[in-house]
Amino acid sequence: MTEPAKPIIQIQNVSKRFGKVTAVDNVSLDINAGEFFVLLGPSGCGKTTLLRMIAGFELPTEGRILIDGQDMAGIPPNKRPVNMVFQSYAVFPHMSVADNVAYGLKIAGVKGAEIKARVAEALELVKLGGFGERMPDQMSGGQRQRVALARSLVMRPKVLLLDEPLSALDAKLRAQMQFELSELQEKVGITFVTVTHDQDEALSMACRIGVINKGEVAQLATPSDLYEYPANRFVADFVGSVNIFEGKLTLDEPDKAAVDCPGVGKIYLNHGVTGPHGADVWVALRPEKIYLHVPGEGKAVKAAAQDAPDGYNFARGKIKGMSYLGDITLFEIELDGGARIRVSRPNLSRHDQEDFTWDDRVSMHWRADSPVVLLG
Amino acid sequence: MAEQDWKTSKRTFAAVSLPTLFWVLLFFLVPMAIVWLYSFGENRGLTDIDISGTLDNYKRATEWLYLTIFGKSFAVAALVTLICLIVGFPVAMAITFASEKWRPWLLLGIMLPFWTNLLIRTYALMMLLGTQGFANKGLGALWEGTSWIKTLVGLQPLPTWEPVQLLFNNFAVVFGLVYVHLPFMVLPLYAALDRLDRSLIEASLDLGAGHFRTIMRIVVPLAAPGIIAGVMITLIPALGAYLTPDLMGGTDSQMIANVIERQFKKANDWPFGAALSFLLIYAMFILIAIQSMRKKVPEVR
Repeated sequence: MTEPAKPIIQIQNVSKRFGKVTAVDNVSLDINAGEFFVLLGPSGCGKTTLLRMIAGFELPTEGRILIDGQDMAGIPPNKRPVNMVFQSYAVFPHMSVADNVAYGLKIAGVKGAEIKARVAEALELVKLGGFGERMPDQMSGGQRQRVALARSLVMRPKVLLLDEPLSALDAKLRAQMQFELSELQEKVGITFVTVTHDQDEALSMACRIGVINKGEVAQLATPSDLYEYPANRFVADFVGSVNIFEGKLTLDEPDKAAVDCPGVGKIYLNHGVTGPHGADVWVALRPEKIYLHVPGEGKAVKAAAQDAPDGYNFARGKIKGMSYLGDITLFEIELDGGARIRVSRPNLSRHDQEDFTWDDRVSMHWRADSPVVLLG
Repeated sequence: MAEQDWKTSKRTFAAVSLPTLFWVLLFFLVPMAIVWLYSFGENRGLTDIDISGTLDNYKRATEWLYLTIFGKSFAVAALVTLICLIVGFPVAMAITFASEKWRPWLLLGIMLPFWTNLLIRTYALMMLLGTQGFANKGLGALWEGTSWIKTLVGLQPLPTWEPVQLLFNNFAVVFGLVYVHLPFMVLPLYAALDRLDRSLIEASLDLGAGHFRTIMRIVVPLAAPGIIAGVMITLIPALGAYLTPDLMGGTDSQMIANVIERQFKKANDWPFGAALSFLLIYAMFILIAIQSMRKKVPEVR
């Protein structure tokens, strides 16, 4: 991991148009060798088209794609050093599991004994050892996905492409497969490029995430940077839950900034934002970064966390909605200024959810490093 | 009201199904039964048939002469089916992978012949293939052209053009039957190919297979139900074809249906015609039975 990051896939100014529809709009990004890269975006944003262009099933209208330094223009899918795991898994229903996994090796002209060994090894890798003789229709969806994984990994591709790999699995299995995919990627050391619309999936598995919106890269960042430092409103809103307020920048210095948000109040940040003074900006504030004051202990909490001037980063309101989710409780609060704000509160003790009820008047604060000022 | 199921309400079920059942019994099974009985009868006069339970008709039907005609009918039908499959498969593939805009038009093109009566289509085809037809005229023009070019470069001209006999022979029968039955092959093939998950084809390409290998290893095996349906739906009517060999065939290209027709009409030997008919029906039954006993291809959705 100490060697300098080397791009295995270079996407350079790639656009793809279907008739009048622009699916991918002038995208440039590098994917490093050995990383787990996730393309994240809502359905129809062009992320799958981008993946299919890497695989060779779609050709870019403009721009070029390089894999391991080689321009892929004119190279058909069957000659590219990448393999794909399809959303529907595309396991050949008329072949046994072993024949499915051996399919690519036979075409590549690998010798019989080696095929047997590599198929067994690949099935072992995806925890399907001993399932070789089964037919696909005797297997569950999760198992079929493992067959698809083994069938691709056995080819030892430079890059493994995964199209919405977990979307067809139920929630429990999906969570388990997220870990397994990360583990597998580390074990085999192959670059994984995954497409998903599920932010949890992206955050939990990726080394880096490219958020795609309307065919363009909205942000390229590590999972934690994406969540804590979203570059724009789309990313802030798409990744995780967020409160976004419109406001005016009233103070902007290298070590502090302030935004006046009508309906909410005055928001203070302990860092500069380098935005034009007086500009219209947006402030993103995550629900879990807002502390509700429990009656009686409010003053103490506020005093302990006071890192903003008086009158900043503090609000009062009335609880308009509550939903108890077990680990956390979500509150919908109408602020005295008129804005609505979402706050989540971890249920650290069994009785935490009894602290508040509907129509309670509450006060809240947040730390000066929590809000994110967005210019776009 | 909402819970009403016509299958559980016996009276409704009877009211809906009895007329149809009656119709099928009266106008389909009864005539079949009569013909079946005739096959065990013998002629007593011009119109008088005595159903005596004799097996003579079947004995005669299995004589060498008729067996060869049966055999030839099978051979012709099998050849027609094979040609239809070879020609129809790429056509069905082309329709399946055509753009959304073109697909309905291509399908319409396949079904268009059904809008015209078979007899008219057959006569049209005969005009095309006749000695004075377009096919021969086209070939003749090519011949004359070649001859003219040869004289131009100082070579001996070709002998005078003799029209090729394209009609009234076995070639014409096979050609005509392929022409008539091609849609029957293409439509079930298209239905099977259209159901095929495209990502299976992409997965095969992705794993390094070329297009030809993908078709042979993935598309054809998975389209097997459609191929078998297409083969049956082509083979069975081709086996019983009457009009095409009658109009386009020569004296030596008659098929079993032509022989049967002659028994009922010119020869006025209904019992023998009935026996031949039932042998043909039994043969078709066997074909269908073989098809339905075939192991089902597992389908993963």
